[in-house]
Amino acid sequence: MKLNSIQDLEALRQKICKGYDPQQKRIRICMTGCLAHGADKVRDALADELKKQGLEQKVELIETGCFGFCAKAPVVAIDPDDIFYQQVQPEDAAEIISETIIEGKIIDRLTYLDKQSGQRLPYSRDIPFYKKQVKHVLSRCGRIDPKRIDHYLLYDGYKALIKVLTSLSPEEVIDIIKKSALRGRGGGGFQTGLKWEFCRSAPGEPKYLVCNADEGDPGAFMDRGLLEGDPHSVLEGMLIGAYAIGAKYGYIYVRAEYPLAIKHLKIALADLESLGLLGDRILGTDFSFHLQIKEGAGAFVCGEETALMASIEGRRGMPRPRPPFPAIKGLWGNPTNINNVETFGNVPLIILQGSEEYSRLGTEKSKGTKIFALAGRINNTGLVEIPMGTRLREIIFDIGGGPPKGRKFKAVQLGGPSGGCIPEEHLDVPIDYDSLISLGAIMGSGGMIVMDAANCMVDVARFFLEFIQNESCGKCIPCRIGTKRMLEIVTRITEGKGEESDLELLQELAEGIKATSLCGLGQTAPNPVLSTLRYFADEYRAHILEKRCPAHCCIALIKFEVDVDLCKRCGLCKKVCPTGAVSWMPKTAASIDKSLCIKCKTCIENCPAQAII
Amino acid sequence: MSQSPDLTYVKQILENYKNKSGALIPVLQKIQDHYTYIPEEAVDLIAEALNIPPSEIYGVITFYAQFYTRPQGKYTIRLCRGTACHVKGSKSILENIERKLGIKEGETTQDGLYTLRTVACLGACAVAPVMMINDDYYGELTAEKVDKIFTNMATGETRESQVEK
Repeated sequence: MKLNSIQDLEALRQKICKGYDPQQKRIRICMTGCLAHGADKVRDALADELKKQGLEQKVELIETGCFGFCAKAPVVAIDPDDIFYQQVQPEDAAEIISETIIEGKIIDRLTYLDKQSGQRLPYSRDIPFYKKQVKHVLSRCGRIDPKRIDHYLLYDGYKALIKVLTSLSPEEVIDIIKKSALRGRGGGGFQTGLKWEFCRSAPGEPKYLVCNADEGDPGAFMDRGLLEGDPHSVLEGMLIGAYAIGAKYGYIYVRAEYPLAIKHLKIALADLESLGLLGDRILGTDFSFHLQIKEGAGAFVCGEETALMASIEGRRGMPRPRPPFPAIKGLWGNPTNINNVETFGNVPLIILQGSEEYSRLGTEKSKGTKIFALAGRINNTGLVEIPMGTRLREIIFDIGGGPPKGRKFKAVQLGGPSGGCIPEEHLDVPIDYDSLISLGAIMGSGGMIVMDAANCMVDVARFFLEFIQNESCGKCIPCRIGTKRMLEIVTRITEGKGEESDLELLQELAEGIKATSLCGLGQTAPNPVLSTLRYFADEYRAHILEKRCPAHCCIALIKFEVDVDLCKRCGLCKKVCPTGAVSWMPKTAASIDKSLCIKCKTCIENCPAQAII
Repeated sequence: MSQSPDLTYVKQILENYKNKSGALIPVLQKIQDHYTYIPEEAVDLIAEALNIPPSEIYGVITFYAQFYTRPQGKYTIRLCRGTACHVKGSKSILENIERKLGIKEGETTQDGLYTLRTVACLGACAVAPVMMINDDYYGELTAEKVDKIFTNMATGETRESQVEK
């Protein structure tokens, strides 16, 4: 059914709203991130059970996007009360239907256990992980079925587009975005409104609008979450952006590693086209916009905007010098505006709320909220959305629950290969674009990897250099060869072959590479080394001077011997050893037969006393 | 030497993409999906149809991690080597799988069953360390779990019995 006017769309929305009973029982299940924990089997079991009990017409089973609390996957929620069930198994389905749906009773064992109070917390709103969050961009994620446009319309979807088409000129839209002070969520933090203005005023037709969904930073999955869980919010932001800059054509460049995001986007685009919300004369107005998906082919550097454009044009994704900036000379030489997924996700909110209301949240120079992906050695892994200005400590400890097994927090890595590691003493800094830069990290796209005492910071620096070496496009020498030299030096240090002068050499190389690389990838590639040198120089020195890895992480520096004084004589190492290299008898210290040991570190990972040295 | 593949599919795809700008990468992706790799014989056909020199096509194939020039195994293992997986021990997991299959990263077992690859990040960081075998995700890997997954695969058990926490 094609909608020929804005009235048609409003009539459709009214029809959808009329048919929606908020008091109806609904079961929501995450069918995105939770799939890795078998959410599909849980969904099938719930559907079967509903059928068996004759409830399929009365109870709606909604396949949603990410709830955020990935650590508790698979997660299920039951409306209208918003009961939160975690780690649900297919065997729980029958009980959920007969107890909770029919009887209205809460199944205790499936609820969240608050370790501090020892209490069971059955409702999402009471769980500490959710309490400190402010879900604006993610407000629909985990609530709606991302494959259904009627769900999006029910929750105010495309209202911002209507507002723009009926009452705002392109210049006024740009003005609102400028006043909101929205900054690019992909990492750079450039003012979105300004970017739009540059592109709008650049000569040349047609203009292009691109969404950068090549979320390549390892440890980042915010954009994946948003695209999989609420693709229409991003598409609505794109439509508004296209209207503002006068773009006729657009692309969403999605990395190939996100098949589900691509699938949901394809469904969303098909729905928009058939409803007349994409294409020529959208909703009968003079505004036309054509949008297509471009799948990446596995190259981290394609997140860089000039490389991304080369890739869309079908070439090797290699960056080129700027200026000219894409706003002047972009895709096929025409003015092109590129924003990140989350940036577009903010746009409809700003239009609906107004710039003043929007910018009430945040710090002086960073407004609104930011989505972070919490991962690494932290209890509550998942997606969180917090107001700018929240302290890192609140995210990592109050929301994230700190490192597991009571291990000591060591550092948090932000901004992926372009970012840095922040140690404990700086956790009380309010997060915004500028405060993080002053700490030697960057906001980046929002990946937050927590490290504990068992992570070696030299090894982390080496990891990132190896990553950069794999992903450097090879066009400019500082990045291609400079990071190779840095990798060789840091590898040497992790193998116990480092020299004292290496630290100075690393610093010098880092500064040279920063100053002379062609694109952002190379210019920021030394950051992980610089930030670990800044805060963890003693770990580098322990490797170099004492030939010791304090975290017992670098294999060449581990003796694979048991410290009998530390050994708790628990025998866990023997139990987990895959090659039978550990001998242990009750009440005696373990020992390792080095001829059988394959140095897999399974024993070290599991030893409660850090007794394997 | 292997037989040269049936190129009917390549010709079909090229028919759909003729005269389209930016067609090369989508064309390669379609061919790769179909054949599991980009056959040498396909490159000449692409060059002719899209009017791009073969050298440039090889440039693109070798630039992107997703394109292969050799057939892939029946099961492609994609082990994530992102940051979250790294700090949770994915390197040991990789070494473990390499030992188990007797191949290195990027190689395919002699019987053509398994190809082992690492990827920069699967974006499933919340369940790190993680890998995919074809389209299925396996999260929170440990040495023990990896053992079990491969034993089950060898005995032909499907994933159903392997979903675990």
